[in-house]
Amino acid sequence: MSLTIAALIGSITIFVLAIYLGFELISKVPATLHTPLMSGANAISGITVVGALLASNVAFNSGSPGIAAWLGFTALVLATINCVGGFMVTNRMLEMIAGKRRKKEVS
Amino acid sequence: MVDPIIFDIGYLLSAALFITGIKKLGSPRTAPYGNQLGSAGMLLAVITTLVKMQVGNGIIGWELLVGGLVLGSVIGAWLAVKVEMTGMPELVALFNGFGGAASALVALSEVLARIKTGEVPTDMLNLWAIWIAIGLSGLVGWITLTGSLVAMFKLKGGFTIPLTKKWVRFPTWGPPWLNFVKVGLLIASFAFVVMTVREPENALWVWALVGSSCLLGVLFVLPIGGADMPVVVSLLNSLSGVAAAFTGFVINNNVLIIAGSMVGAAGLVLTFIMCKAMNRQLIDVLFKSFGGSDKETVTRTKVGSDPEEVAMMCDGISTCIIIPGYGMAVSQCQHAVKEFADLMEERDVEVKYAIHPVAGRMPGHMNVLLAEANVPYEQLIEMDEINSEFAECDLAVVIGANDTTNPAARSGEGPLGGMPILDVDKARSIVIIKRSLSVGYAGVDNDLFFMDKTMMLFGDGKAMMSALNTAIKEY
Repeated sequence: MSLTIAALIGSITIFVLAIYLGFELISKVPATLHTPLMSGANAISGITVVGALLASNVAFNSGSPGIAAWLGFTALVLATINCVGGFMVTNRMLEMIAGKRRKKEVS
Repeated sequence: MVDPIIFDIGYLLSAALFITGIKKLGSPRTAPYGNQLGSAGMLLAVITTLVKMQVGNGIIGWELLVGGLVLGSVIGAWLAVKVEMTGMPELVALFNGFGGAASALVALSEVLARIKTGEVPTDMLNLWAIWIAIGLSGLVGWITLTGSLVAMFKLKGGFTIPLTKKWVRFPTWGPPWLNFVKVGLLIASFAFVVMTVREPENALWVWALVGSSCLLGVLFVLPIGGADMPVVVSLLNSLSGVAAAFTGFVINNNVLIIAGSMVGAAGLVLTFIMCKAMNRQLIDVLFKSFGGSDKETVTRTKVGSDPEEVAMMCDGISTCIIIPGYGMAVSQCQHAVKEFADLMEERDVEVKYAIHPVAGRMPGHMNVLLAEANVPYEQLIEMDEINSEFAECDLAVVIGANDTTNPAARSGEGPLGGMPILDVDKARSIVIIKRSLSVGYAGVDNDLFFMDKTMMLFGDGKAMMSALNTAIKEY
């Protein structure tokens, strides 16, 4: 798989646009949501799990799984902890903050 | 044969889910939904990747991949369910470190595998693009890991040495010369990145980069003390996103680039919100230690009051504002605080909570704790809104807050100069629950404690709060 200059420029374009998007999406956040926002965004940064899956598979596919394969596997476990734990803990916080609020509105 | 375009569409969908998810996390009404969208995006990305790999070259180690996913899920879920709300800052820091470490490990695994199998790109473009992405992903990722771990121990306050069960306070240490070391290390790390490109087959430079960036993460967070922690925690959160984005360049995957850079930018926005709330520049937080050695020593004295006196004060008031601070988190007295508020409300007192944006050790720390104690969301008022109400307030109850209420900040001088504060001193009467008269993190004596209308309740937050509640009930 060889990279072309066009593909690289394309990736960089996406990178820059996504940064602007991030700034625009989060302009004013009420303090109540600072912690859940941080922990939810943190769980999303666990997207590196995709890279970890690819890395461990490629490394194990290449025959004798060496140090590279086990590093990939460690990355897989850590990234999954980050995602699953992050989303669950955010959910717990939001249940506490927003869940009650909703119940109150109903009653 | 499956058309490979379908995988790109899968990734596109998951990126769209992340974007909508983050957007919805920014508003209380939609936040739970936003979080679910984010997790759906993650699931979709993982499934797409697994199918793509199976259809592509085939997966050899299914057991290992599924095993890794299951193991990670079980550990993550266990940590998320088990944690007490008071331990939330540490857990968020820990997860953050794991995310950074995962990105760095993917980059490391990629570079080692390529060196081993001799798949080092030969043309300039591929070599520079991939190797620099690997280098930066590693650099940012390792800084995130070690920085987050140090931050976690700082948030905990310390750690117990195994076997001896001795509690050690985690140090905050940073002489001025350390800044030169940090800058030097940063330059060295970038030099190592360049060296990995110039000698792509030499793994030595890669390991040198691992070492220097790990050390850099520790040294960056080590000098940063309590009150600046919310800034650092959200900055590290931003960095873990950046690391994931660089990993996206390494494996040439757009969903990583989009999700990573968006999280990086959103984390940075939060970092600046925190900096603004402290009237500090980010660069000062990172390089200038705050307060520090020239702490003022308290020479004035103030006679402490007892809970019965305060209970008497509480009788006949009509408005009360509660100002929680880090002390509430330390003594975990949020439930006692809520009980106090309930007692007041039974006596037809209007109760509100004044939340300073940097109260506590992480962004939104007080809100999470009070939500756990079932405090209604509508009673938590942000600083800008509540400051005008202090003048009409009969009683302000400060629980373990210091710098965020210090009128010295208004003078525009000293370490606190210009920091926005809660105008507690304008209240008609003030009760402060605190261990002693000692200075806060900024090292500035607080005039609020010595005002005639102030009553000090010296002691542990939880003990004092419960004593006060009992006194009110008996009064």
